[in-house]
Amino acid sequence: MIAPLGLMLRRDLGLLLRGGRRGGTVLPLLFFLAVTMLFPFAIGPDAPLLARTGGGVIWVAALLAAILPLDRLVEPDLELGFFDQWALRGLAEEWIVAVRIVAHWLSFGPPLMLASLPAAAVLGLDGATLRTVEIGLLAGTPGLAALGVTVAALTAGLRGGAALAGLLVIPLAVPLLVFGAGSLAPGGESGLALTAAASLVLIAIAPFASAAAIRSHRL
Amino acid sequence: MQGVGHDWHLAATELACRRGDRVLFRGLSLDLAAGQALHVTGANGIGKSSLLRLLAGLLQPYAGTVDRRGAIGLADERPALDPHLPLGQALGFWAALDGAATRASEGLGLGGLLDVPVRYLSTGQRKRAALARLIGQQAPIWLLDEPLNGLDRSAVAAVEALAAHHCAAGGICVVASHQSFALSGKAELALAEFAA
Repeated sequence: MIAPLGLMLRRDLGLLLRGGRRGGTVLPLLFFLAVTMLFPFAIGPDAPLLARTGGGVIWVAALLAAILPLDRLVEPDLELGFFDQWALRGLAEEWIVAVRIVAHWLSFGPPLMLASLPAAAVLGLDGATLRTVEIGLLAGTPGLAALGVTVAALTAGLRGGAALAGLLVIPLAVPLLVFGAGSLAPGGESGLALTAAASLVLIAIAPFASAAAIRSHRL
Repeated sequence: MQGVGHDWHLAATELACRRGDRVLFRGLSLDLAAGQALHVTGANGIGKSSLLRLLAGLLQPYAGTVDRRGAIGLADERPALDPHLPLGQALGFWAALDGAATRASEGLGLGGLLDVPVRYLSTGQRKRAALARLIGQQAPIWLLDEPLNGLDRSAVAAVEALAAHHCAAGGICVVASHQSFALSGKAELALAEFAA
């Protein structure tokens, strides 16, 4: 079971990172930076206000950036018959999805955490806030990845599935956003633990929900 | 396919298939032992592909049972090859997954195409690539869905020879096609007779 999963991870990463048909890491990253850069333009040169709201902006931008690759996470493999071929080889969808969550997270979680550094500079965040943002993203982005793959599996093959996926992810990601951005408020450090808890719940559910969704496409 | 015992077996009893609220066929039974081949014929939309997916276990039968001993290899209209990768790499993924020792691209005339991205391949070339993937899988039971679609005459002969070789080696081959498929000793099954 381990060797096939290693192969899967290599293929998924190759597709997600290299700017292959799943869009690559660059586009969500540029989008994330663009959103965080837009904000100071819109608010104006009010440094205290920017510093106070900047952490939340980073969180919203991260959530939106995580939506971009959704339509390429599951649908192409379903359409091309990959999942059928894996099923014939006795590879459980649950494992395949778990690997894909890992690959999806690797392709946007760490890059977003890196991109948060210039974003924090633009928004004028202090060191302590930046640290909380980074830890929060580390705790929250795995949950976002799990949620993204689940929604991608659910909406694969639907007309307008990409737009629908975005609409579904946003409300479901609200707990992550509330806890993650909430940890930035004074005395809100416990929000980090709650972000991690919400992430864990999503990660625990996602492989089973996604696998069921993928199997339902065969009916 | 290394097994010498050849107790591969594919059987279905009283199979019925429903798509949506329409029953496509019912009361279909078949029994294939090692080395046997079956040609499923019928017009478009009569349920040939659904029958293959039932036999593969990818669809649940509406009624009846499928009994299979031996791994299933399926080649349908979807090649399951990454479109943007060169053919050699796309096949390489499956070769690594299936633990295939040899590249199966010879004999199918794919040797010169291994550097070409899959999305630039023609219909026939893609079909042959899917067959190369199937050969590498080394599954004893082959389910071929319209294997001759888009193939030129020499490729048709090559595919027929592959199927014959597979059966001669003790494999089972089910071909669903509205075209004629030359394969000695094959049984024919007209799906229209079981239409509900």
